[in-house]
Amino acid sequence: MAPEPYTSGTITTLAAPAPEHCPGTESEQAGKADACEGCPNQLICASTPKGPDVDLPAIHRRMEGVRHKILVLSGKGGVGKSTFTSMLGWALAHDTDKEVGVMDLDICGPSLPTMMGAKGEQIHMSNSGWSPVYVADNLGMMSIGFMLPNEDDAIIWRGAKKSGLIKQFLKDVDWGSLDFLVVDTPPGTSDEHLSVNQYLKDTGVDGAVVVTTPQEVALLDVRKEIDFCRKAGIKVLGLVENMSGFVCPNCDGESFIFAPTTGGGKALATDMNIPFLGSVPLDPRIGRACDYGESFLDEYPDSPSSKAVMQIIRQVRESVGEPIEDEEGNEDE
Amino acid sequence: MATTSGPPSSLSQIRHIVLVLSGKGGVGKSSITTQLALSLVQLGHSVGVLDIDLTGPSLPRMFALESKKIHQSSQGWVPVYTDASKRLCVMSIGFLLKDRGDSVVWRGPKKSAMIRQFVRDVVWGQLDYLLIDTPPGTSDEHISITEQLRDANPDGAVLVTTPQAVATADVRKELSFCRKVGLDVLGVIENMSGFLCPHCAECSHIFSHGGGEELAKQYDVPFLGAVPIDPQFVLLIEEQHAAASGEAVTDGKGELASAKGFSLIEKYKECKLCPIFAKITEQVVAATKDNIR
Repeated sequence: MAPEPYTSGTITTLAAPAPEHCPGTESEQAGKADACEGCPNQLICASTPKGPDVDLPAIHRRMEGVRHKILVLSGKGGVGKSTFTSMLGWALAHDTDKEVGVMDLDICGPSLPTMMGAKGEQIHMSNSGWSPVYVADNLGMMSIGFMLPNEDDAIIWRGAKKSGLIKQFLKDVDWGSLDFLVVDTPPGTSDEHLSVNQYLKDTGVDGAVVVTTPQEVALLDVRKEIDFCRKAGIKVLGLVENMSGFVCPNCDGESFIFAPTTGGGKALATDMNIPFLGSVPLDPRIGRACDYGESFLDEYPDSPSSKAVMQIIRQVRESVGEPIEDEEGNEDE
Repeated sequence: MATTSGPPSSLSQIRHIVLVLSGKGGVGKSSITTQLALSLVQLGHSVGVLDIDLTGPSLPRMFALESKKIHQSSQGWVPVYTDASKRLCVMSIGFLLKDRGDSVVWRGPKKSAMIRQFVRDVVWGQLDYLLIDTPPGTSDEHISITEQLRDANPDGAVLVTTPQAVATADVRKELSFCRKVGLDVLGVIENMSGFLCPHCAECSHIFSHGGGEELAKQYDVPFLGAVPIDPQFVLLIEEQHAAASGEAVTDGKGELASAKGFSLIEKYKECKLCPIFAKITEQVVAATKDNIR
């Protein structure tokens, strides 16, 4: 298989694929590190002007109109990041005065178009940039899922190319003014996470909601993600434990599907000294709602899971300084 | 990537190489890899497991080897053996970390370099099967491992999915990936297919059901079987860990007894999932039988 070309957006065009231990073609060390010795790209990297990324001002301008930026992270896959992101998006957009944007940075496995009922939609380009796909009057979204000619196509991209697309999502999408931008991420601590943090750092990220499931195999990876947040200077707004416990619809007996043998999310939160936002029990209807692109919170507001999620979202809003106004509406910003 | 031609000599004594893939995260790639390895050992094969999930390695935990470290020999890195019988060995980045909570924050080129080392510099010795556990997606790790194995003639890939549409959509992408890079698909496993309530034995389809079988039919690849959710397996892993570390663990209700001399290979025979995996493994063995590396 031919290596992917290392060209994306305005990133330096390389003569050959980056070598192992490449310090990053845009880093301060580019062209100067030990690994650069003998690399065919050395001259290119060394000669490109260093200093701030030329696209950062453009990203800055776009993000000026976005008041709150919330990342949804987890070291582990399949714990419900996208499900939680979609719920957060729907719940925030409930408030018709608020403008909400949801961005899907999972390039290789975008799930949000399906979950938010926007499968098959297309992105339109205009003079002012790429127009997000609106699933409600005040809820726009952007995902690579809207850009594929064929739904089943694999996106076989290496990191540099993924970073290029993420930059475009931040620079070229015409969000307008937003109250909340919720960013869904793929599992891991790699290119996507480094890039989104690098591009957004100066524009002010409110923080990250970290999602986990209760079993130790998941907590292990989530611990790494929290370690990453610390290293990268991302504030952790709190930890959500998803899929905790299952109530049998037949006999109402509760069982642990992913047993919290080491104390689950709560113990991890205490251990890492971050807020624990709550546990969301499993409900088979959540998965079904996601498959059909419905909003679970609206379809089944009485489910214990919905109540748990609403409680968590309330805390998330408080932590970014936008508490839900109560009935009397006396809690103005 | 500038590499010498020909298959890496580190793989020359391995008879079969099988990748475990899934586009989606958290569908159970690592637990499927673990159980495939255990079932293969029970059939009398010697098995090596390579974990190329660099930012979220789970296999050391699965085999209760978290405290183990890799040894360097004159020929290269020696994998970690699960017990003295040396039927099963594991290689993972988890063995190289100082602390189990440390994050590995690496961009693509660095991950590629690590995978290259894992393929070329590990002293596997003689193995019947090498199982390769992968992270979700179709990116650096996947491109690198297929590049590294290009001349090594791998047998193919087992794809893992959960039944819901959101998961099968991502696994479809992985199937396209396999087609594109010319990797044979040995079959699809549907994991987390139903959950038997321990109180009333009613089967709940928490993540819907039938999605994996449908996917296999649609793409005309073998369907290897459906694996239900069994909390017992998670407990088995934790019990094993308790035995290895002497720590007490709880199942959320009470403490589990920590048994000395715990052998996952033996204990797994009592697990309800064991016969299901025996069948799946038979099919994998049959599918790889004729491949001569």
